[in-house]
Amino acid sequence: MENVIVITSGKGGVGKTTSTANLGTGLAMQGKKVVLVDTDIGLRNLDVVLGLENRIVYDLVDVVEGTCKLKQALIKDKRYEGLYLLPAAQTRNKMAVAPEQMKELISELEQEFDYVLIDCPAGIERGFKNAVAGAKSAIVVTVPEVSSVRDADRIIGLLSANGIDDVRLLINRLRPDLVRKGDMLAIDDTLEILGVDLIGVIPEDEMIFRSSNLGEPAVTDYSSLAGEAYRNVTKRIMGEDVPMLDLEQKTGFFGRIKRLFSK
Amino acid sequence: MGWFFNRKKSSQVAKDRLKLVLIYDRAGTTSNNDMINMIKKDIMGVISKYVEIDESEFEIDFKNVQNEEEEGVSSQIAMNIPIKKIKQMVKNAGK
Repeated sequence: MENVIVITSGKGGVGKTTSTANLGTGLAMQGKKVVLVDTDIGLRNLDVVLGLENRIVYDLVDVVEGTCKLKQALIKDKRYEGLYLLPAAQTRNKMAVAPEQMKELISELEQEFDYVLIDCPAGIERGFKNAVAGAKSAIVVTVPEVSSVRDADRIIGLLSANGIDDVRLLINRLRPDLVRKGDMLAIDDTLEILGVDLIGVIPEDEMIFRSSNLGEPAVTDYSSLAGEAYRNVTKRIMGEDVPMLDLEQKTGFFGRIKRLFSK
Repeated sequence: MGWFFNRKKSSQVAKDRLKLVLIYDRAGTTSNNDMINMIKKDIMGVISKYVEIDESEFEIDFKNVQNEEEEGVSSQIAMNIPIKKIKQMVKNAGK
């Protein structure tokens, strides 16, 4: 994929922010210099998911309005070399920034970093337009559920209308047991409906709750299945050809036993 | 008890419903409105070669049709093309 990637979904609550945090941290673990841009002005959360909420001084709106320099607003994650966050403003709204200004900001970041990951807010209004303004590729996050897939389709159309055609799908919170029973959309069904290429599948994993409680992305946890899936997606972003996780096997009886001992 | 044996998997129902709703969603966006108009223009062009049609009454739309074999619902492009006059085809008997 390209070096400037927007993570989007249309629908809220499907895991955009969690995915942004995990993929960004994953890229940093691979030795890349990465900046995560939270464009959800007024409802920022990437900071808490990353555990950086106590370190915010300036934000994206401050940069755009010239209150501070870009470098002053960037928060360096001390745990992972090369990982930076540009937080959103919490007391303003989406209209505080225009797509043209975002484009300028992103192109400035692009010169400094190997990867720029943009966390897009839910919806298709100004927040979405801001988030996609400077992006070259997109990862569309969906859960295997009717309303989320429908919104993903709409988003894919809108991305294309905005000139972004390098679009990959990330299926989140998949439960292989439900797919087996026929009560959850299978990976192939979702891909067939949406007609885009897959970048990865993240299984439903209790460890994600733990990781957001702690502010430590699951990608760093070697006992978490979702973490393993995110590490694979990270490598695919970098162009490596990594086979899809065999969730059927991993979530089966022996897979669970194995995981128990790796903790 | 029939419902118990004939019951479709809920994931299959989800897939069928999605396919249908997306046809409407996609048709509603501007780029696909253009697509409908392009289909309309192309088809008008072809038909006009043979028959004279009332272009103002030309209708084209996506429609859902219930399948006979209980396979659920499928989508079709439905057209209504009023004919004004069949053109006299001149057979070029010579060449």
